[in-house]
This record gives sequence, structure tokens and C-alpha cells, in this order.
Amino acid sequence: MEERVPEKEYMYSGHVACPGCGAAVAMKLFLKALGDKTVLIIPACCWSIIAGPYPQSALKVPVLHAAFETGGATASGVRAALDIKGQSDTTVVTWAGDGGTFDIGFQSLSGAAERNDDFIYACYDNEAYMNTGIQRSSSTPYGAWTTTTPGKEWKKMRKKNIVEALAAHRIPYAATLNIAFPEDFVAKVKKAKSKKGTRFLHIYASCPTGWRLPSEQSIKIARMAVQTNIFPLYEVDEGLHYTINYFPKEFPVKEYFRMQGRFKHLSDKDLEEIQKMVDEDWRILLRKAEMFP
Amino acid sequence: MKQVLEGSQAVAEAVKLARVDVISAYPITPQTHIVERLSDFGAEGKISAKYLRVESEHSALAALIGAATGGARTFTSTSSQGLALMHELLHWASGARLPIVMAEVNRALAPGWNIWADQTDSLAQRDTGWIQLYCENSQEVLDSTLIAYNLAETVNLPAMIILDAFYLSHTYEPVDVPEQDLVDRFLPSLKPKFQIDQDDPQAFSSLVTPNAYMEMRYNIAQAMDETISQLDSIEGKFHDIFGRRYGAIESVQCEDADIVMVTSGTITSTCRQVIRDLRAQGEKVGLCKIKMFRPFPIDAIRSTLQNANKIAVIDRNFSFGATGIFAQEIRAALCNLPRRPLVFGYVAGLGGRDVTTGIIESIYRCTKDTDVPLSESIWIGLQEVSDGRARS
Ligand SMILES: Cc1ncc(C[n+]2csc(CCOP(=O)(O)OP(=O)(O)O)c2C)c(N)n1
Ligand SMILES: [Mg+2]
Repeated sequence: MEERVPEKEYMYSGHVACPGCGAAVAMKLFLKALGDKTVLIIPACCWSIIAGPYPQSALKVPVLHAAFETGGATASGVRAALDIKGQSDTTVVTWAGDGGTFDIGFQSLSGAAERNDDFIYACYDNEAYMNTGIQRSSSTPYGAWTTTTPGKEWKKMRKKNIVEALAAHRIPYAATLNIAFPEDFVAKVKKAKSKKGTRFLHIYASCPTGWRLPSEQSIKIARMAVQTNIFPLYEVDEGLHYTINYFPKEFPVKEYFRMQGRFKHLSDKDLEEIQKMVDEDWRILLRKAEMFP
Repeated sequence: MKQVLEGSQAVAEAVKLARVDVISAYPITPQTHIVERLSDFGAEGKISAKYLRVESEHSALAALIGAATGGARTFTSTSSQGLALMHELLHWASGARLPIVMAEVNRALAPGWNIWADQTDSLAQRDTGWIQLYCENSQEVLDSTLIAYNLAETVNLPAMIILDAFYLSHTYEPVDVPEQDLVDRFLPSLKPKFQIDQDDPQAFSSLVTPNAYMEMRYNIAQAMDETISQLDSIEGKFHDIFGRRYGAIESVQCEDADIVMVTSGTITSTCRQVIRDLRAQGEKVGLCKIKMFRPFPIDAIRSTLQNANKIAVIDRNFSFGATGIFAQEIRAALCNLPRRPLVFGYVAGLGGRDVTTGIIESIYRCTKDTDVPLSESIWIGLQEVSDGRARS
């Protein structure tokens, strides 16, 4: 699925993201796709800073900054208020990082999703707590260095599969998005907007600073994540119907890992292990798409 | 051995020296250097503690409640929002009489987001039954962490050592890092007074009816009271081995002072300079540094302050609807004395605003030049806007 990227900008230049920040690109595309009548809730994350300090804002839509663990519940509250005031046509969005989604905010998100409260939850995933200086999250992939998984303590657990966790709530829509695939990105945001209930968007957002990657390779690494099946593009409707949006030629994962300083300690054998994990996840996904088209 | 360390690194060194068994923590600026340093120690094999990288502060403290009940020596660290999120479990840890030690970095509470120094986060937890020790420099941070373990395990209450964001957490200073064998002498391995035991199955923290709840609370109150004298004897032992001691409070030239300034944390160091300068000009001024805030060392505070005419309390914190929190507690401590000094309360440095020697001197002058406090709290350095309302 593909849609042209709309012209209108909702971000001001002068925001304070790092060079090459995938999360800044993600927000730019996201707001273009959503258009007017959008309100953002931002729990603590890099975007709490990127959005600018008082009395400024880098965004042209209303923003409610929120406590780190409250992304789901705050959205439920805003939705309730807007509905009762007759503003049901405003799209309520929680825009949170992976830490605020997979970890500390998971309870709040799960609660809202189970109630099927009417909002879009967008998680931009840079695979660690970047705001506070690159600490591991449960989204940090197997094999990664972070400041809390240093040296030989590199992360030995797999990344939590957040889309599956949300799909298991049987919400109307869950999908993966990637900044290197803008037409697919925009189409999915528009589709999410057209639905009611809790919609979950998992957005791959590269982080040159935290991944030890040259900033000009931010989009390239994002594209490779899809091409290697590390981050497949797919949708889950009603928690059941799987659609895979992109079938890659199955490039090996090795180069993806070798480009990033956060993986530089991994041996070829480690990478073979990781290749097996990626292949395994891809086979499960194919199977689901086959079983529940 | 002398090393040049940040306050954060001084905490980590102390945790290593204390041979902590279980660490559980969640990152938050400006505490991150503590947990990152401990991660490095783990990766380099310098500590053997189990390190739980949990998904929230609430879980960080919950995990330690489990670990401490299991008989482990435990450590966590947090700041601001993280401490606030722990609130329920702060009560739980003290109610369960667990000697958990935490390093808490004083940071302002949101909204709006502010990562800079402000004491309201820890002072807002004053009723949770934790010992609170406010530190002035990195040496004191290291020493107080070791002392906190000894103290907590003696009285079976959790303890917080508290350091100002950035001014202390991120500032490098020479620190005397003691030898492991000396620390082992000061702080032997933990002998829990109770723990999970298969040979003696007990239920912990179960339902308590009105019959017994009040007595249990009274026991905590007594343990807190006992903490004041225990600090004295534990610091005595610390002094014998390491040659340093701090006291629950420190009094600097208070004996003949007309005006005593009361401070805590890093503002104290700046105030020491101001006191020296003012004394050189012939001003009769003293300084009372409060290190231990819980339990509040009322007797020591009374005897230090009672002969002065005026007290100037500097609070980098505020209790809305009341006053600065140190000022509040000092007024309460003095109120039953037959002869009381006047207490001037100053609010300064909130959200990391600098408290300079100039500001402290102006606080002194204001106190000297006014007969009675013009209001319960005097806010220092507010910027005025055209409509006359303060702006931050
Ligand atoms: C209760 C609480 N704990 C910790 C923090 C500190 N904190 C702010 S942002 C953040 C990490 C955010 O990580 P993520 O959600 O992945 O977003 P990113 O910064 O990577 O964009 C942390 C730990 C906080 N603000 N509140
Ligand atoms: Mg992140």
C-alpha cells in the first residue's frame, strides 16, 4: 500500500533533534499524513526535548506533555473530554518512545487497548532509552551494546515483540512503519486515522547517536532493516488478519549489524545466531499471514 | 586511595565497597551515571551483584523489597519522577522494616520537565519512614553511603542518601576511596534479623488488624528515634577507621552568632564562603548544615539555634500552601522553647537556578535589616513582568 506524502508541514525547523534523527523524520511524515485536527500526547522521551522548551513549540498541533508511564491513560482522558465536548472528529494521538511503550508505559497502554479507547498510539522505536543516554529497554535487540549493557554484558535477551502483544489485545489495527518507506508510512497512518478504537503503530526510527552510526546513514539503515527482515512491514487487522506489505529478497543481516557501532563486539558466530532468530520470526509471520489472510 | 570522582561515581564506588548483593534500578537523568557505572563494574567483573534492569522505578523498589526479604543487601538509585513513582513502595519498605539503601539525586518535579537541582522530590517523601541523609560533596556521598548501610541494617529501616543534581552528581572532586579490607571492618556482611526461611516458614507483611497496627507503627517511630543516637555511634566507628565524621547537623561558628543561616546539600559549601567573608567584616553570623533530615535531629537543632536572635533558612524546595520544608520543620522544632529566635524562611534555587554567594549574602542582609519576617516565605530572585506577576 502506498500514498503520496502530503505537502503541508506541521513541524517547524529549529526543533532540537540530533542530526539524522529518525524520530524527527517519523514525526514529520506522521503529522503530514494525519493533517489538521490532531492532538498529541507525548510522554517522556527524546521528543519531550525535540518539541522545544517553554515557551516554544516545534509543532503546529496542540501538544500535551505527560508523565513517562501514562501514555495510554492520558489519551483515554483527552479522548473522553473531547467526546463530551463534541469534538469527536479530533484525532487523539499518543506519541511515545520504545521505553515509554514496551516498558514503563506498557500497563497504561494495555489498559487503554483492552478498553479499545479511541486513539492512535504511535511508538517510535529507537531501541533504547535515548533521552537519558542510551540505556537498554525491552526493545533493545539481542546483541546490542548500551550504557547499561556494556562490554561482555551486551544484551542477551530478544527484543520484545510489541506488535504481537498489541494484536493479542484484538485491537482494530496494528501496523509496522518505517521512515525509509514514506509512501507505505503515510498510507498506514491514513488507514489508522480512518478507523475507530485503539490503533497501534510501531515505527522504526533510527538513532545515529545511540546506535553509533554516521548520521547520513540513518535512512539507509532503516531501509536495510526492512530488506533484511529485521523489521518486516506488515499490518494486523482486528488482531487477526495479517497482511505483509513488503517481501524482501532476504538479504543477510550481517551488513546491517556491521554498520553500527553498537554491535561491533559481535562475532560472526553471534551474527549467525541472530540470522537464525530473524529467519525464525519471519517464518512465523509468513505462517500467520497464511493462516489469517 | 585518592581518585577524582563525580558524586555519581562516588556512589558507585561505595556500592562496590559495600559488597551489595542485589541492585535494581531504572534510569533517569541525573541519576544515570550511577547505574551506568555499576553496569560497567558488573561487565568488568568488579562487582558480583545481581543487577535487575527493571522496566520502571515502581518495579525497581518492588524487586528490592523481594530481595531484601530474601536476605540480600540491596541498592537502588533514582531521582524526581522516579522517586515519586516509587511512593507506594517507599512506605512498604519501611513498614516491612527492610534496610534497603537508595541514592536519590535531587531533581525538580514536572511539569514542565526540568532535570536540575531541587529538593522537593525527596522532601515530599519525608513521611514514608526512610532515613534521609543530605550530602554536600563527593567524599560525603561515598562515606554516607557506607554509613547508611550500617545504620539501616542496625535499625532495620531503609535509608536514602541524597545528592543535588549536577552540582554534586556530575561534579568531579578528589575523593579518598577507602581500602576494601577497612570497609569490611566497618561494614561486615549483612546478617538479616529476619528473612525468608524454609526451615522456619513465616508470613511477611500480612493483614494487620487495628489490634496490632498501631504498635507496629510505634515500633517504627522508636526505630527512627534510635537512629539519631545510632548515627553517632556508627560515625564514631567510621571515624576510628577512616578519620572522618559528619554529624546529623554541623554547626559553624554558631556559638556567638546573632544570625544563623540554615542550609542543606551543596548550597552549604557556598554558604561556608559567605560566612567566612561576613565574619571577616565583623558580622556575627553562623551556619547550621542539616545533614540528617529524617529522623529530624530536634535536640541538636534546638541547642545550636536557640541562642541566636534570628535564623535564616534557605530552602531549595517548597510545600505549596505552606512554606519551605526545612523552615517549616525548624519552626516546629523551636516552638516549645521558652526563648525562641525568629525564623526567616527563604526560597531559592528552585529547578536548578544558581544560588550564588551574592544571593546568600543578600539573604543575610535582608534578615539583619528586617526586625520581623515580612512573610513566612521570601522568594529570592523572582523575575518581574509588566503585569507585576512573577514569571519563571
Ligand atoms: C518515572 C520516570 N522514570 C524515568 C524517567 C526518565 N526518562 C525520561 S525519558 C526516558 C527514556 C525514554 O526512552 P524511550 O521511551 O525509548 O524514548 P527515547 O528517549 O528513546 O526517544 C527516561 C528513562 C522519567 N521521566 N520518568
Ligand atoms: Mg527509545
